[in-house]
Amino acid sequence: MTGAVLQIEGLKLDYAVPGGRLHALRHVSLSIKKGEVLGIAGESGCGKSTLAAAMIGLTGANARQSAGTIRLGGQDMASLSEDDRRRLRGRKIAMVFQDPMTAFNPVLTIGGQLTDFQHNIEGLGRAEKRARAQAMLSRVGLSDPALIMGRYPHELSGGMRQRAAIAAALLLQPEVLIADEPTTALDVTMEAQIIHLFRELRDDYDGAMVIVTHHLGVIAELCDRVAIMYAGEVVEEGPVDAIYHGARHPYTRALMACDPAMIEGRTARLPTIGGALPDLRSPPPGCAFAPRCPLATDRCRAEAPPDVQLTAGHRALCHEVRP
Amino acid sequence: MSALLSIRDLSVDFALGSWLDIGARRQLNILSGISLDLVPGETLGLVGESGSGKTTLARAILGLQKLSGGTIQFEGAPLASPSDFARVRRRTAMMFQDAVSSLSPRMAVGEAVTEPFAIHREALADRRQTARDLLAEVGLRPEIASRFPHELSGGQARRVGVARALALRPALVIADEPTAGLDVSVQAEILNLMADLKDRLSLSYLIITHNLALVRHVADRIAVLYLGRLVETGPSEKIFARPAHPYTRSLIAAEPIPDPRRRRADLAIKGEIPSILRRPGGCVFHTRCPIAKDRCKTETPAPRREGAHQVNCHFADI
Repeated sequence: MTGAVLQIEGLKLDYAVPGGRLHALRHVSLSIKKGEVLGIAGESGCGKSTLAAAMIGLTGANARQSAGTIRLGGQDMASLSEDDRRRLRGRKIAMVFQDPMTAFNPVLTIGGQLTDFQHNIEGLGRAEKRARAQAMLSRVGLSDPALIMGRYPHELSGGMRQRAAIAAALLLQPEVLIADEPTTALDVTMEAQIIHLFRELRDDYDGAMVIVTHHLGVIAELCDRVAIMYAGEVVEEGPVDAIYHGARHPYTRALMACDPAMIEGRTARLPTIGGALPDLRSPPPGCAFAPRCPLATDRCRAEAPPDVQLTAGHRALCHEVRP
Repeated sequence: MSALLSIRDLSVDFALGSWLDIGARRQLNILSGISLDLVPGETLGLVGESGSGKTTLARAILGLQKLSGGTIQFEGAPLASPSDFARVRRRTAMMFQDAVSSLSPRMAVGEAVTEPFAIHREALADRRQTARDLLAEVGLRPEIASRFPHELSGGQARRVGVARALALRPALVIADEPTAGLDVSVQAEILNLMADLKDRLSLSYLIITHNLALVRHVADRIAVLYLGRLVETGPSEKIFARPAHPYTRSLIAAEPIPDPRRRRADLAIKGEIPSILRRPGGCVFHTRCPIAKDRCKTETPAPRREGAHQVNCHFADI
């Protein structure tokens, strides 16, 4: 695809675990364009956080990329040295984590850290860097940025810390901003405010955003496109409207059915999916969802499902869907 | 029907400062003017943001938090002495927020689910069989009895928490964020299990949560707390259809809607919940309230009722 700032093709990644290798990502292809917001959704163990970590090149020592490429602005990340990759982080790609307390150093002030994060910028004095940091804190909606500059992370509320973490991530104007469960640790009123902030930022920040979350409501409020993951694969991908109003993959449909927020009216018994995730140390030969799928046939259990292009930009990994 | 639990004008204060200045200890008010009833077989949802006092109220009901005012009646008898609270704890079970860490890491599951019998000195003929029966009741296989908490998935740990809570056949189960951290498909399984057990064992639930999407389906009645004050109580269908208090309205409006065609343009609520150390005077919500007037800054709103629906606001239409 042209104009993609981040392009992932045929990515396979596994972790060394007791008893073998855990195939956390089993052939993932995705691309994100400039100015676009992509949501990545799925339940625990589907590989969404591994994918986010792989995008920024922080997968941990027991991880191994066994196939595929991750291109950031056309450059293959695997071909770079660790030093070069480190230089890209912050400038080209940045990340906001679920718990902003762990993103900051607890013994340094917010202002000091935001100033230090700019150490790579040449030709700017410390005072100018401090001014940029303060302007960014103001930009993310912190009402008294001069005061926040002198505060330590523990002195801020969860919502304020998350705003400061977003300010830190945007400080070097990265081309791609990844947010891993950015609202999960927050109360619903603060979650609404952070969603609102992301929406404002996308208007005047022309980079791409990737929002990783298990919360389908957050994606509906914020994203242009969504990729639904299951057992290390993207099982369905498309524009949010197509997925929320015309999901085709049986897993996407089941996932949406059991979200209590999707159910109008009141119900005493909620729909469930039944069964469990397959053991990703030895993934099944066929479709990973087949044991839990109401439509599964013998072919689903034996053969890997095809990637079916349904409409422009909407695809599903399933034997049983037709364009 | 007579109430299983009846709370009248309950207040809780915490002592501030260190133990050195015993003479002049300042009190910080946490909860005040809380009145709630729970009838047998009912599910009451207690909602509010972090710091609203939900968990403190649950602790007060169990006698784990000293009251500074008001009364609690359980099964028709007042709770005052430690032995009264021991009786409540025998008849009430708690499901804690973090299912894995609420289980002892050194205790096998079978032992953990039967421990309540030992705590309350209840006779237990066959511990192994009881453990197997309790696990079967929550849909777990008997082999789980010999596992340790770190070997369980999040959903399994929740089920063990439910089994332990049900061991002594309580009348009331207090569930603090019963599905926090669970995936939606597992969350649905746990809620369905809790609903089945409620019907079979005629339980009452007090569900503490900030998950409104969930409480809408499971609770018969809702009580909304804000900074230690009850702002609205009523039947959940009515509250979700027509919330009266501006705080309840903002909370419901803040919940992300899983439909890209119904994106909200503006923010329902701005700012953060103030620190309990600087609780606003008058109506506690006036600093964030979209309809606040001068009167709200000085005058605490008295409860206004219509049938089972109650709202503490000067200007809300009930």
